[in-house]
Amino acid sequence: METIYDLLVLGGGPAGLAAAMYGARARMHTAIIEKGRPGGQAATTEELENYPGFGRGTTGPGLTQAMAEHAQSFGAELIKDSIVSLDVKSFPKKVTGKKGEYLGKALVYALGAEPRMLMVPGEGKLRGKGVSYCATCDADLFEELEVAVVGSGDAAIEEAEYLSKFADQVSIIVIHEEGKVDANQVSFERAQQNPKIKWVWNSIVKSVNGDELVESITLKNIQTGEESDYPVNGVFIFIGTVPLTDIFPAEVQLNPQGYIITDEKMATSLEGLFAAGDVRAKYLRQVVTAASDGAIAAVAAEKYVHETELWKNQVIEAKKPVLVAYYNPADMSGTEKIGIVDRFVRANQERFSLVKVDATRNELVGRRYHITPDQLPKLHVFMNGEIKQEVAEINEESLNAIKNM
Amino acid sequence: MIAVNKDNFDNEVLGASGIVMVDWWGPKCERCLELMPHVEDLAPKYPQIKFCSVDTSGNRRLAISQKVLGLPAILFYKDGQKIDELSGQEIAPEDIEAKLKQYVE
Repeated sequence: METIYDLLVLGGGPAGLAAAMYGARARMHTAIIEKGRPGGQAATTEELENYPGFGRGTTGPGLTQAMAEHAQSFGAELIKDSIVSLDVKSFPKKVTGKKGEYLGKALVYALGAEPRMLMVPGEGKLRGKGVSYCATCDADLFEELEVAVVGSGDAAIEEAEYLSKFADQVSIIVIHEEGKVDANQVSFERAQQNPKIKWVWNSIVKSVNGDELVESITLKNIQTGEESDYPVNGVFIFIGTVPLTDIFPAEVQLNPQGYIITDEKMATSLEGLFAAGDVRAKYLRQVVTAASDGAIAAVAAEKYVHETELWKNQVIEAKKPVLVAYYNPADMSGTEKIGIVDRFVRANQERFSLVKVDATRNELVGRRYHITPDQLPKLHVFMNGEIKQEVAEINEESLNAIKNM
Repeated sequence: MIAVNKDNFDNEVLGASGIVMVDWWGPKCERCLELMPHVEDLAPKYPQIKFCSVDTSGNRRLAISQKVLGLPAILFYKDGQKIDELSGQEIAPEDIEAKLKQYVE
């Protein structure tokens, strides 16, 4: 029989690795599907000094490798495959990869984002010929050479700092007016002290030029409109990311930038499908927030799997008609009415079974049957997996009416 | 796979007859390290092709002389002439194999 995982995590960056660690530790049968080495974008950052508890000297590859080992130590499996498509409406959900098919009761989608391209002439042609999106990968090739960094966010400023250890000069091309960057102030101040870093303000890149290797970039000053040729041997582009949502189900809501919209439990608009990390619409994209997303998604997924299975066994597939009593444990008069249902079912136990649901905690009943706290207590009679009758006013008479159903 | 450096590149690659594939990598290039075992697996399947690798750290000038300024990069030579290349982070093992198939035909 084919393996059905409790939790299938798509993507092995910090979000996916944290989700798998939490899932496996909660004894869910968990697997991570990752096409390459785990670590995600964090593995392409050499210096990573803002993950709590891991200060100076921490590296992206080192930290993410530890995260992968941590998840595996609790039993999470690491499957090496490239995901082609998803079928999220079936139960279990199906993930199709290049090498095989995988089944999971819940999915955490954590495929992250990839660097955004400038989309200017020469950029594509000179990729790997001086155009780069990964300082860690390529920095040492630029020893004694001059490079430009495009962008002014955290990644741009911090990677410029790293590049300055190799290149003779690093020019940061910033679209904003002098003194304004998008990066955090600490990194900005450090970069300003760096004698190898040069600032080019009010400027955008119009093209990357060169025959076989990058020779220059054409800059345009957005204040004066003036264009100029700026000689460099390399261009490192850090102008943000684009989410990897190509294979994501079309019916799930994305924001205008293409990031996945979730609630605070990382749940998407489709049941059992969670999203975590950079692929999600969120305020701060950092390793620590990715790991946090992953933890939340795994806990929410575990609750989803538990509730779904319990509901299936006790209500949907029950042989006898089932009285489902929804209640709020904080409401005394409501819980007394549930006592009436309790006595009724005990007196008629050959005909009915009873399932009591704390509807303030159970998410499944809210999602599937739209039970809201203001309706409690409330009773549903289920037969063959479907609601046969709804009882809003619970008393002896309304219960006796069920008997004659 | 033959580890090639600035001292023996001329001999092993430019002086070789037939098809030579060179995998350019660096110890800090995660994608390169990920790709390497796949390339090593391909070597015995294509005995007609000579498989070489260059660690760019310490062979930087050699890399630039071959117009390699980004990793990973897979270059193909025929009788000492560069004839084809793959570069960029998203090189997949399948892309390399497709090229190898093309050159053994």
